[in-house]
Amino acid sequence: MAKPKIAIYWCSSCGGCEEAVVDLAEDILDLVQKIDIVLWPVAMDFKKKDVEAMPDKSIVATLLNGAIRTSEQEEMAHLLRRKSVYMIAYGACSHLGGIPSLANQFSREQILKFVYEDGPSDVNPEKIRPMPSYVDNGRDLTLPKFRNVVRSLDQVVDVDYYIPGCPPTPEITKKAIGALLEGKLPPKGTVLAPDVALCDECPRKESKPTDLSFTEFWRPHQKEIDTEKCLLAQGFICMGPATRAGCGALCPKGNMPCSGCFGPTSRVRDQGAKILSSICSNIAPKEDEQIDKVLAKIPDPVGTFYRYGLAHSILRRKVSLPTNGQ
Amino acid sequence: MENENINKSGNGNWSPRIVAFFCNWCTYTAADLAGVSRMKYAPNTRVIRLMCSGRVDPQFILEALARGADGVLIGGCHPGDCHYVEGNYKCLRRFRMLKRMLADMGIEDKRVRLEWISAAEGEKVKRVINEMVAQIQELGPLGIPKKFEEWDKEIEDLKQDIENKEKEEVAKQ
Repeated sequence: MAKPKIAIYWCSSCGGCEEAVVDLAEDILDLVQKIDIVLWPVAMDFKKKDVEAMPDKSIVATLLNGAIRTSEQEEMAHLLRRKSVYMIAYGACSHLGGIPSLANQFSREQILKFVYEDGPSDVNPEKIRPMPSYVDNGRDLTLPKFRNVVRSLDQVVDVDYYIPGCPPTPEITKKAIGALLEGKLPPKGTVLAPDVALCDECPRKESKPTDLSFTEFWRPHQKEIDTEKCLLAQGFICMGPATRAGCGALCPKGNMPCSGCFGPTSRVRDQGAKILSSICSNIAPKEDEQIDKVLAKIPDPVGTFYRYGLAHSILRRKVSLPTNGQ
Repeated sequence: MENENINKSGNGNWSPRIVAFFCNWCTYTAADLAGVSRMKYAPNTRVIRLMCSGRVDPQFILEALARGADGVLIGGCHPGDCHYVEGNYKCLRRFRMLKRMLADMGIEDKRVRLEWISAAEGEKVKRVINEMVAQIQELGPLGIPKKFEEWDKEIEDLKQDIENKEKEEVAKQ
């Protein structure tokens, strides 16, 4: 019997998700015996035309990581969707927009201007910008279009399952691929990780007080972190209460607060709003001025609360930004 | 509802649509009082009654705006008067942060407002709603659903191209 075919593709991502697949370590050998990888640009030499030549739905699953920002990424997402039985958003960027979607706070023009003109390391006196098409010595050169908006995968194509994390841990990757190969899949649209908050599996859980009563917040570099005590109880913004479990509380175990990469549980639509709600309602003062003083220690609410999910949040993007490329 | 949306985004017929979350014990009762006292005020609010302003999840506010509200008004009991002792303080703390976050997300300050209105203050319901409607009238429509549509136009062309190509291929076969 032919082995099931799997494709792994990357879009707007850092490469960490590819690393996560390699992190399966010796288990990857086991995996390779059971499956056929038909596309994996970072590691193997297959081309787009190889995929195009395959019959529709002949790939069992595509694991696509990265957010969608360019026309090329959209095109590949559509192609792989057509060729695959299951389209799986792999990792926070593909699942929720991830870090790249923090760019949804800025216009396309602001980004291009900074990157090609104002950046401290730029040398570009002619202010040359990349163009979608350009003719050089009679040769047509093209580049993908850079969109105004960063999107999660499911804002571009239909997605069957989500594997969360920045990056997904080997454990949940293995479990997800196992479920896929055995055909033991949950209902479509499920995030393949436990549906409880991270605090549930955090070793510091016992030391979380019922009443947090924040009087001050700290960022991890500003104060020594107690290795045992609940991070929230120490005044660090820990996203645990609004974040899905499944990583085994890796960050709290490494003495860092959770930054929320697994996204919300199924009962929460907007992770940022939910953690804002949880943290802010627990601060001690009752007067505007004192409240603001405590909250001032959270200098960047969007970057803190929506670190991995701005594209997939309710508002998606700074609503006053233009979409005409400006 | 859908039709109304189309009307309001297009032309001069627009008038502000405000979603109001009122607590059962104070502000909702005040709105009732305004009603039985036959006070007249702008008809632009849709009131949703909650047991407490502490029940207002910031998600509700974002969802209201994302679904086409031009503003959101939250009404609760005065500090110290909460039926559940602490609920309105929780609301206030969330609100202070949410306002900062909304500013970062490009939503004007005056679109989201928190007011303490006791059960006896029917007059205040009238004043606050009239004020808010006037302010939002000046700001104009927020129109987020329309923005979503505009944002996604940029991916529609490619999607159409791909679908057309597929159809051609099928036709060839």
